[in-house]
Amino acid sequence: MAVDYLYPEYEIIRNYDRCINCRVCERQCSNEAHEYLGDMGKMVSDDAKCVNCHRCVSLCPTRALKIVKSDHTFKANANWDAAKIREIYKQAASGGVLLSSMGNPENFPVYFDKMVINASQVTNPSIDPLREPMETRIHLGAKPSKIERDKNGRIRKNLPPHLKLSMPVMFSAMSFGSISYNAHESLARAAAELGIYYNTGEGGLHEDLYKYGSNTIVQVASGRFGVHRKYLDSGAAIEIKMGQGAKPGIGGHLPGKKIVGDISRTRMIPEGTDAISPAPHHDIYSIEDLRQLVYSLKEATRYTKPVIVKIAAVHNVAAIASGIARSGADIIAIDGFRGGTGAAPTRIRDHVGIPIELALASVDKRLRDEGIRDNVSIVVGGSIRSSADVVKAVALGADCVYIGTAALIALGCHLCRNCHTGKCNWGIATQREDLVKRLNPDIGYKRVVNLMTAWQHEIKEMMGGMGINAIESLRGNRLMLRGVGLNEKELEILGIKHAGE
Amino acid sequence: MKRVYVNEKWCLACHLCEYYCAFASTGEKDMARALKNVKIRPRIRVEELGGISFAVSCRHCDDPLCVKGCITGALTRVDGVIMIDSDRCIGCYTCILCCPFGAVSPTEHGAVQKCELCIRTTAGTPQCVQGCPNGTIVFEERGE
Repeated sequence: MAVDYLYPEYEIIRNYDRCINCRVCERQCSNEAHEYLGDMGKMVSDDAKCVNCHRCVSLCPTRALKIVKSDHTFKANANWDAAKIREIYKQAASGGVLLSSMGNPENFPVYFDKMVINASQVTNPSIDPLREPMETRIHLGAKPSKIERDKNGRIRKNLPPHLKLSMPVMFSAMSFGSISYNAHESLARAAAELGIYYNTGEGGLHEDLYKYGSNTIVQVASGRFGVHRKYLDSGAAIEIKMGQGAKPGIGGHLPGKKIVGDISRTRMIPEGTDAISPAPHHDIYSIEDLRQLVYSLKEATRYTKPVIVKIAAVHNVAAIASGIARSGADIIAIDGFRGGTGAAPTRIRDHVGIPIELALASVDKRLRDEGIRDNVSIVVGGSIRSSADVVKAVALGADCVYIGTAALIALGCHLCRNCHTGKCNWGIATQREDLVKRLNPDIGYKRVVNLMTAWQHEIKEMMGGMGINAIESLRGNRLMLRGVGLNEKELEILGIKHAGE
Repeated sequence: MKRVYVNEKWCLACHLCEYYCAFASTGEKDMARALKNVKIRPRIRVEELGGISFAVSCRHCDDPLCVKGCITGALTRVDGVIMIDSDRCIGCYTCILCCPFGAVSPTEHGAVQKCELCIRTTAGTPQCVQGCPNGTIVFEERGE
């Protein structure tokens, strides 16, 4: 038998001068990393069990704990780094596919961080958002190509169904099952209070949350879990999920042990059965097939709701988006390769897909070149981390962004990336009752509302600096962006100039 | 009158309220200094059994049995808050027997102790409420 022992990646450092043996760390760690030794009268920790989620650190009343990266090391090697060696040990022991959670952590360029925003100086006035009106409201949906008048000359109302948002941010699809009921309720209530939308993901909609339906996007994905007429009718829009940024080209798998109680009922599958969403929609093998589903859903909801088609950002994203814009969809959602997930094969998450900045720029350009940009609105996700990312995405051509990870962080997520273990200490990515109750939606929804309110203020500040008083005037306004440290090809794809030009 | 209430649905049995309670009465600035190597005697206690947990402290009853039972007049009701005068308390523990919530407890010094809504602490507001990580313990006015 080979020896698989790996020294723990993180070490729990306890300051024994400050530890008062209150045992809150022990009680709060679902990984059982802490233990009280009664005979010795002291707390001890097992580093090997720590996932670095900071629950104990955050709750320790005397600040006696911190987590540090272990300085234990393999022999330095620029090619075989520790992560790669560890993964081989794990696979040699298990024979299995490596699983990971949340977004791609690899060191790929983040183009948002290589673009800077313009501001007015001298020759054009900037605007103070505290003194002058500033508009962040947007509408999502197809725009009519021309103004039509009736025989009396009155403008005919030919506006297709739209979503109206107070600011260009929505909460991206996270299913009830992948995240807890309390996380869902927090997002739903926050969306309702903010006048934006959250997304059910592929897990149906819990009957308690139908009351937030006017701020809900209901998703229809390849497994069709939880889809029925009342579900479709309850939402403000319907999203067809073709792909997800974290795992393009593959489906989903919610293990049977998470299919309990309300989740089983909401998904309409028996308790304990694995919820497997196929990689493709088995009825969609072409844009024409997609069009059939788009119109089936529109027909089912009497053409009262916009239909979103969500795809992962992949190599031919512009051509695919062009097809979708002709399929009758009202909104295209594109998810970049940094988008989060509750569980994905590590290799897929880290190596498949393309950055959202490049995908967005190329899709927006392609649709404008083809004269079909007004057929659809574009929503982008895949690691929008701050209001600056929102502004940059809008300037690159997005109508709106999806945030998932950022919203979860507001709810308490510390990005330990262990969602797939189902033992989330913050009550988010778990269905264990004692853990779920750690997220009190009364607190959670306020924190999400706070985050969005803060971003809205910041967006207005940045718009004001540019001398722009409506977010609609910023959309696709790439002159407001400049690249820093980007090569010619990258600038060409992004459609921006280099700083100094 | 504002009282401390507990929403049992959100109690995590983390017991932090007990430590913040014990710390509040020490008058110290630093919890580690105040409670290191100390066996705490909090005025709020988390009761737990089979997955259900909730913190219990004095209800500040309108018709308090502890005050009725007190043979020395050490327990009194002042503006709705039931206060203990430890100089008058002789440690007969009648109040401990009377209280249906188990909210009065003995101390090392003979006199009993109970929650006084942190009125006498340096913080001035209930520290179990401030320290609760899940909004479980609240200090609010509710319909009598």
